[in-house]
Amino acid sequence: MSAQTAARPGEQGAPGRAASHQGRAGAQDPYALRRRPPLYRRRTRAAWGFALPFVLLFLTFTAGPVLMSLAMAVTDIRSRDLRNPLAVEFTGLANFQAVLADPLFRKAAANTAYFVLVGVPLTLALSLAIAVVLNAGITRAKTFFRVGYYMPVVTSIVAVAVVWRFLLHPDQGMLNEVLGWFGIEGPNWLQSTTWAMPAMIAMATWRSIGTLIIIFLAGLQSVPTSLHEAAALDGAGTWQRFRYITVPTLRPTLLFGAVITGIGYVQFFEEPFVMTQGGPLNSTLSVAFQTYNQFGFGNYGYAAAMSYVLFLAVVLLTLVQFRLLGDRDEKPRRRRRRTATVVANKEIGR
Amino acid sequence: MSAATTSTSTATSTAPGPRRLRGRGFGEPKAHWLAYAVLGLGLVVVTSPFIWMAFSSLKSEGEIRRVPPTWWPEAPTLDNFRELFDRLDFPTFFGNSALVATAVTLGNVVFCSMLGYVLAKSDFAGKTLLFRLVLGTLMIPGMVTLVPLFVLVANMGLVNTYLGLILPFLAAPFGVFLMRQFFLGIPDELIDAARVDGASEARIFVQVVVPLAKPALATLAILTFLGSWNNFLWPLVVATTEDKYTLPVALALYSTGQNQTDYGLLLAGAVVVVVPVLVVFLILQRYFVQGIALTGIK
Repeated sequence: MSAQTAARPGEQGAPGRAASHQGRAGAQDPYALRRRPPLYRRRTRAAWGFALPFVLLFLTFTAGPVLMSLAMAVTDIRSRDLRNPLAVEFTGLANFQAVLADPLFRKAAANTAYFVLVGVPLTLALSLAIAVVLNAGITRAKTFFRVGYYMPVVTSIVAVAVVWRFLLHPDQGMLNEVLGWFGIEGPNWLQSTTWAMPAMIAMATWRSIGTLIIIFLAGLQSVPTSLHEAAALDGAGTWQRFRYITVPTLRPTLLFGAVITGIGYVQFFEEPFVMTQGGPLNSTLSVAFQTYNQFGFGNYGYAAAMSYVLFLAVVLLTLVQFRLLGDRDEKPRRRRRRTATVVANKEIGR
Repeated sequence: MSAATTSTSTATSTAPGPRRLRGRGFGEPKAHWLAYAVLGLGLVVVTSPFIWMAFSSLKSEGEIRRVPPTWWPEAPTLDNFRELFDRLDFPTFFGNSALVATAVTLGNVVFCSMLGYVLAKSDFAGKTLLFRLVLGTLMIPGMVTLVPLFVLVANMGLVNTYLGLILPFLAAPFGVFLMRQFFLGIPDELIDAARVDGASEARIFVQVVVPLAKPALATLAILTFLGSWNNFLWPLVVATTEDKYTLPVALALYSTGQNQTDYGLLLAGAVVVVVPVLVVFLILQRYFVQGIALTGIK
């Protein structure tokens, strides 16, 4: 179903173009009936009737606020201006300049970068490893494991925070107790400027792998068995098959996993909010958290500008991930394909 | 990674030669004790916070603070729960959470499936634009809309009301995406047959499409319900008096206020918040998998 061709005749006010369009579509498209102008117009009316309730709510509570946020970002609006919006002044990009010059924002940006750059690869690698073992290593109790790993995902962050504050306690906490069995003296996790962030990353990883495992499992099932068979016959070891067959075939799934994890991690907010309030000494202060704080202080314009900087970061990260993991035709990858996939294909007679 | 290596290397070594292809098949998963051991260890690490939480909510205040910490409660007691229910109005919080989550779920199921249906199965003017608009907002951070949304709700006079808690979440882009992905898989012939028979779009939707979409609707309903049940930032901002608190808000405010040293009570509170959700999840877990597979992989 091609949405693009469908939308065009409507924009042009269908009747004039209809004859030629109908002729063209009629030749190729078994559903050409749909494109006939009176029916098309009637269908458009019916479709918008279906869409209307959602669209009204969406415009009011999502699209509207997004635009309003942009408008706020270029003004000096504060909480007290809400009663008298005309007193607000247009300030252009001043808020954005102020945000980028703010040392606290820079600290928050560095913390967020740390969280994303360590957290995303760690989460991806761990989930992929577990998914691969679940997929290939065992036959029974798959559901049992999958459900177990998914449990943290459905758990309220507030309850998680209560439990983890205990687990991370320097003396009464289970984590340091277990580390003690191996002769390691654990730090005072949440009070240490060095260790608070790793604790946040561990928590976020724990809360995120469940979803990724399910996504990767679905992806792994689409890796053709014949490729693995052929490569094994050729004497390719397990690591080689993982590296040259599983990973390339799984590339779109890996990209998807990286993108959704990245989008979530850049907005890193709940963990410090419930665990550390950004401390100690702002070592777990994130950009989203700092935005929330500025909102709390009533600096609406400033907070809105910061939230748009965050949005920009999400977009940038997504683009970078598409470059790193997306489909591309570069020499190293082509060579890899020749060594594994092509040879494998030849082997099974293709 | 090392686990993956060991688990499949046995498959290679046990049965070399082409005969294997006819037999059990190389791609068939082969059980291996090491794989079970690795997964089991991982599972213990992942689930131990829950187990510890459940055990410790039955301990006395003194035992919870003990160094070194204990696993099994020495003298299991329900005192923590009793005191928690005495001090906090849990039935109200529970009722608020249930009311908000039910309303949000109903709204999403109805509105998202209607839009998802026409986006997947109908050609109409403005379709592409509408789809891009809805999908585009999936990437926008929640923080972007938080401030203006609060201003909007405040201007509507909905701060500290149920409507203020419900309305902003009644139509979520994620639901449209999920339902559209599902409807794309329904054969056009079914719908066209009904059209040829002269059924109206509304009738086709209610009598042909919705019955087919029951699994997807269930998935959407469950994911939305849990998301709303666990939602915490917005209710924290909008609910200002105790009679409008949801469960997570009540627990959050209790655990960060002057009571943050009532360890037993906090753990009991965490159990009360988590256990109903886990029970629902364990019963309906296949719908979660379905939802993720549906939106994740196409």
